[in-house]
Amino acid sequence: MNPARRLVRADPEPGFEIDVDGEAVPVVPGQSLGAVLHAAGIRSWRTTRSGGRPRGLFCGIGVCFDCLVTVNGVPSLRACQIEARPGDRVTTGRPHPDGRPAADHASTEREAAGPAGPGRDRGAGGGRGDS
Amino acid sequence: MTPDYDLAVVGGGPAGVAGALTASLAGLGVVLLDSAARLGGQYFRRPADGFRAGRPGALHHGLDRFARQCDRLAARADVLTGHRVWSVEREGSALAVRCAEGDREERPRTITARGVLVATGAYDRPLPFPGWDLPGVITAGGAQALLKGDLVVAGSRVVVAGTGPFLLPVAAGLAAAGAHVLGAYEAGGRLGLAAHPFLAAGRAAEALGYGLRLARHRVPYRGRRAVVEAHGDDRLTHVTIARLDRDWRPVSTRTVECDTLACGYGFIPRIDLLVQLGCAVRDDHGDPAVVVDAGMRTGVPGVYAAGETTGVGGALLAEVEGRIAGRAAAADLGRRVPPDPVLSRRRDRMAAFARALRQAYPVRPGWQGWLREDTLVCRCEEVPLSAVREALELGAADARSVKLLTRAGMGWCQGRMCGYTVACLTRDALPVTRRAIAEPVRLGDLAAWPRPADDPASPDDGPASPEGRSR
Repeated sequence: MNPARRLVRADPEPGFEIDVDGEAVPVVPGQSLGAVLHAAGIRSWRTTRSGGRPRGLFCGIGVCFDCLVTVNGVPSLRACQIEARPGDRVTTGRPHPDGRPAADHASTEREAAGPAGPGRDRGAGGGRGDS
Repeated sequence: MTPDYDLAVVGGGPAGVAGALTASLAGLGVVLLDSAARLGGQYFRRPADGFRAGRPGALHHGLDRFARQCDRLAARADVLTGHRVWSVEREGSALAVRCAEGDREERPRTITARGVLVATGAYDRPLPFPGWDLPGVITAGGAQALLKGDLVVAGSRVVVAGTGPFLLPVAAGLAAAGAHVLGAYEAGGRLGLAAHPFLAAGRAAEALGYGLRLARHRVPYRGRRAVVEAHGDDRLTHVTIARLDRDWRPVSTRTVECDTLACGYGFIPRIDLLVQLGCAVRDDHGDPAVVVDAGMRTGVPGVYAAGETTGVGGALLAEVEGRIAGRAAAADLGRRVPPDPVLSRRRDRMAAFARALRQAYPVRPGWQGWLREDTLVCRCEEVPLSAVREALELGAADARSVKLLTRAGMGWCQGRMCGYTVACLTRDALPVTRRAIAEPVRLGDLAAWPRPADDPASPDDGPASPEGRSR
């Protein structure tokens, strides 16, 4: 158990895993998606529009918008502000470990509705209604 | 139309909870709204329920007391977590609080009340330096949020840097939670723990606790030091730490390997909703703060402010201000509330201490020398210092002109991260940005609201919604 959990005498509920570019990443119920990614050693999950620079958590409290993430095909969600849910699929645009090309994550910042390609499950909670 | 509530409180930190509880005890019908899933704000951010923490207070000072207030509040008022308020405006004799409910689906919702108490807190002030946009560089408050709310330690080799007493709990908390904290670097004078201002406020136990914890984990706390550059390809690998002169100009440097940098140079009050409502703003040592009277009333009838929105002063002062505001709101709505001179004197004393603290930890101008021509000033729009300099050479004389010429401040964060920097670079007066919309909102939801025809639209606020969300 990590010392932070020991410090507060945590007795975590059974957790679940979410899918990040095809990798399973563990979640304790109630954790923010940004924290889940950061804890898994993932420090960036989008690239900037003009410089192509990687970005992840910065302010951590919903102010800076650096941590925008694509979940279940829905772009531009603040990872620090949303709870990770069972069934979440995060696409970051990183090259896949087995060498497959990255999903077109640049669409996070454009108008495309779904970056994930054919057959990708949009998941529960997807769709922001008014697109 | 009868308003839904007597008082709507925006913000569930120490000020908002104390204000809502006090007002409800005085007989008002109260609703409290907060964007997070749990009450607490930044200071009392609590671990997610899924952790079933047996001793959540281990990471906080005074959490038990705050938790009791939350329990009492829940028994006598409506507490709406997960509600992000994006606008408050007058609607007839009431105030309409517009919010989006839910962290992804965002159901729009409007709540009306006779009065509104805005206790929306503050966020870290970042200062730019080469490499500050590298993943692994986070704000000090961000590191605290990860730790307190998610029990995630921000990194394994961590440097803490910035200015102000907040660096101490951040460094101590990370060290206690297992990070190797390589140092806490205070850009101002360190003063030495013995002379630390916490002591002056009678908070010796708190100061001693941080000092002991840092000593136990062998974390050096150094004054006149700052991180002036972050290095790495696509994530942070090391930082340059400079020894500074009085004005924060680097004197000498060394490089330290680390995976995480937590930095913050004080706090910026979050006053968007109050500025929307037309509340007067004063210059609080270079930062905006809302003007209030002895009862925490702003100049706008029915609108109260408490906590960091009236000037950064910490959680203890915030709670006192919340209580004063709750009493004033009840009295203004005809409830019998006897005067409480003790509370007022406490506020005066604590506010004076907060002012002294602000003066003891000013941001000195030498930080501008840390920047290079290609250092990003605006992270969202990726505007480098050279572009800002060019705008200044073209004759831009204020932050607004720089924004129009360079796009600095036009991106997602709407200038919250770069506003202070741009104002400093242009030597502009106090940066008070009017944002018609305080939180991202879908265009469809915005369009769905009937607005009176004579309502003057705000002309000067750039895009209503960050473009990434207006699909």
